[in-house]
Amino acid sequence: MKLNKILLASSALTVAGGLAFAASHAEMANSMTLVSWGGAYQKSQIKAYSEPYMEMHPEVSISWDESSNEAVAKLRAMNEAGNITWDLVDVTAGDAIRLCDEGLAMEFDPNELLADGDDGSSAEDDFGDLLVSDCFIPQIVYSTTFGYRTDLVGDTPPADVCAVFDLETYPGKRSLEKRPINNMEWALLCDGVAKDDIYDVLETDEGQQQALDKLGTIKDQVVWWSAGADTPQLLADGEIVMGSTYNGRLFSLIEEQDQPVAMLWDGQVYDLDGWIIPEGLPEDRLARVKDFVRFATDTQRLADQAAYISYGPARKSSAPLVGKHAELGIDMAPHMPTDPANSGNTFLQNYSWWADYRDDIDAKFQAWLAQ
Amino acid sequence: MSELKSTGPQTMDAPTPEDALHEAATLRGRDQTDASGRLVTADGKSLKSSLKRALRMQKLRALMLIAPLLIFVLVTFIAPIGSMLFRSVENEIVANTLPMTTAALKDWDGTTGDLPDEQVYQNLFFDLFIAAEAKEHTKLGSRLNYELTGVSSLFRQSGRRLDDLGEVYQDPLEDLNDAWKDGATWYDLMSGSGAGDTDLVDDQRRRYNALTQSTDRRDIGFVPSQAISQMLPRTARAYTAWATFTVYADEDVVAEEDPWEAVHAALALDLMADGTAAKIAAYSGPRADLLQEAATLEFPAADFKTGFGEIDEDWLAHVTWETIKTYSPKYTNGYFLNAVDLQKTADGFEPRPENQRIYITLFQRTLFMSLVITFSCIMLGYPVAWLLANLPARTANLLMILVLLPFWTSLLVRTSAWKVMLQQQGVINDVLVWLGLVADDGRLVMINNQFGTIVAMTHILLPFMILPMYSVMQTINPTYLRAAKSLGATNWTAFWRVYFPQSVPGIGAGSILVFILSIGYYITPEIVGGTKGVFISNRIAYHISSSLNWGLAAALGTILFLVVLLLYWAYDKIVGIDNVKLG
Repeated sequence: MKLNKILLASSALTVAGGLAFAASHAEMANSMTLVSWGGAYQKSQIKAYSEPYMEMHPEVSISWDESSNEAVAKLRAMNEAGNITWDLVDVTAGDAIRLCDEGLAMEFDPNELLADGDDGSSAEDDFGDLLVSDCFIPQIVYSTTFGYRTDLVGDTPPADVCAVFDLETYPGKRSLEKRPINNMEWALLCDGVAKDDIYDVLETDEGQQQALDKLGTIKDQVVWWSAGADTPQLLADGEIVMGSTYNGRLFSLIEEQDQPVAMLWDGQVYDLDGWIIPEGLPEDRLARVKDFVRFATDTQRLADQAAYISYGPARKSSAPLVGKHAELGIDMAPHMPTDPANSGNTFLQNYSWWADYRDDIDAKFQAWLAQ
Repeated sequence: MSELKSTGPQTMDAPTPEDALHEAATLRGRDQTDASGRLVTADGKSLKSSLKRALRMQKLRALMLIAPLLIFVLVTFIAPIGSMLFRSVENEIVANTLPMTTAALKDWDGTTGDLPDEQVYQNLFFDLFIAAEAKEHTKLGSRLNYELTGVSSLFRQSGRRLDDLGEVYQDPLEDLNDAWKDGATWYDLMSGSGAGDTDLVDDQRRRYNALTQSTDRRDIGFVPSQAISQMLPRTARAYTAWATFTVYADEDVVAEEDPWEAVHAALALDLMADGTAAKIAAYSGPRADLLQEAATLEFPAADFKTGFGEIDEDWLAHVTWETIKTYSPKYTNGYFLNAVDLQKTADGFEPRPENQRIYITLFQRTLFMSLVITFSCIMLGYPVAWLLANLPARTANLLMILVLLPFWTSLLVRTSAWKVMLQQQGVINDVLVWLGLVADDGRLVMINNQFGTIVAMTHILLPFMILPMYSVMQTINPTYLRAAKSLGATNWTAFWRVYFPQSVPGIGAGSILVFILSIGYYITPEIVGGTKGVFISNRIAYHISSSLNWGLAAALGTILFLVVLLLYWAYDKIVGIDNVKLG
């Protein structure tokens, strides 16, 4: 009898303890799947965000999925299957807008979800214009810009983005991305269209034709790339004189791999990269993600990331905290696309405009390429 | 054969004639005939039917044995492909998101150049309001943006500003009497008394489920009275739609929540309608006093057309409405038309503008280059397969490993290796320059064009050609060749007249494999194809993963699939599929 009672009591205790344990942890899931681009960029996120977070919360396990490239399509498929396996997804702002339109990304109130800046400004003010969508949590500012071979451009290194269209002074191949975004803008800019009028001109059929005609003047000399690694490889092999790619890729080519390549910051096009939270997460996972995202996008963490990769932090309050490269020990500020010395002549990609026109212009661009 | 078995003890030694008699007797006992002379079995059933039953059992057992595989293939292969291909005609989103608008548009004649009338704009307001609350309107915007540039932002921006259109009616009501700010007032008023209009509730549930692609069947805890729904039809509909949404999407209680601006607008429209005033004066249900008070209000005239025009002038553009009307039906051939460089118009279709035609070119290029690749594989693979089949085993095995080696290397590595080989500063050009065959400033362009794609893909697909050829050639008896020669044939004649015809089944099998694989190839053309060496599959991939135009991707995929089937059929007619051997 006695033994039975003890057994009964202890098992009741165990059950009660178990329930209490479950209750205290029901609010936050202990594992997260983050999606990013892989490579040096994902490494910078691991170093700056997830490792410090896991130190603070040893019970949390974080796994990474390198699927940002196909994130939009995969999220749509997951949503249709009713099984969202991702908790936080790193996408470009353009993709975030599309995911938001498709109802695949969660809308949020920036001041509620995100931490205030270290300088006391509210999250909304701190991120400012970079909150381009109701679903998009900005993380970095990067730019698509040109790099050139210092040994192939003669005595007059290019200082103007229109050097790309100048085959006489800079003969040789150049690489451009195999899509209309950015290329159309550069073409019009170098065809004498004022910067403020570019999108007005590009809205018309004649404007689109004008841009394609300008690109047509160098079409024979262009290698079209589709992966960010293409241009650095082509530059390193000496296949091209100059080419467009993401500024971080050029930074690692120049500073880490020591190739005879230099940056052409003129006419760089800013683009944003950041997080979206998939729509329809269960509550416990959502709570964990919110906690993580609040931490990972605070002023210090965004500044920390810049120690690993040359992309500018999206918060204004992070800029003064940007320090030296974690391994090379060089000052990172001059390598940021947002540094005053580099941002004399820049664009911010016009997301809402491209959301409307990309299908139409892409069809024309691809047809033009195939001719 | 029937069971012939000896029955007697005589079988201890060799069979005797007596045994045969015994057996004959046994057989006679089994195979009997019935009255009509049909063969029957021992239990009296006809032989034919019992044989059938036995066979059926056998077939069933066989089916059950393959059932796991069959179900697996159906569930994981056929069904997903079928559902993907189905997207090429599916177009329910327009009617699901704007059900009242598309219904009203049926009567609109787009050819006269007039804009739709006010009623269509009113329907659009109510449709779009629910859609915007459910965040479904932007999906429709991206869907229609594939057909008409600018619709995406038209819907996105309009969704944000719909409240303004409704507030015009909400403010006077709430200024008149604070009771209109209270959700309970509305609930009492709309529930009314007497019989409930359950049809309306069912309608709105169906509409909600269609809009959000859900299957919610819960009770919403509200039914409008029939009296109300006859007197204030718009209000009853809008309120029920809101109530459904409140319960299903927000998980709230209807009586405790304030309705949307759209419900206020609906009430104002009802109050302004002819004859409503008299009905309200005679009405005596709950909160009739409020209604009678509101009936005296002077609302601003209903002009949603101008309202939408102020939100975005594109709502006053004829082409916007034409596009919505053209894509109203639940099924569309629009994707297929796009896939062959046509575009759907209000009455039929027309060719796309010249500067947007791309798919026909890509289909032709895909077919042409796949044929070239198949042919190159035959030319390169045949001698190798012949060597493999005719060399001594040791050397052949070594060669075989060389053939198989590429199989064990990553596709990306192989493709990138070709990049290193073929580029202008690459290995081949360097060697040619070193040999003095080409000038340093005249290096050959061998990559990022069709040549690069053909070379890389031929290399990658070569094993698929060699292996079937090899297995067929192995079965060709070498004595035939010797016999031919001993009968006076030259080497060439012996090969061409004797050996080659026997190896044709291998060529056929290899060609089908290589051709079908290359027609759907994607990675290699993307990497080494430049602009002129890409295939149709690259566009399919673009529409699947980047532009999200899955309908068009499905249409392109379906066409590609049909082309392959057609070619297979032609191949069967010309060569005969029986002549194909995989080993």
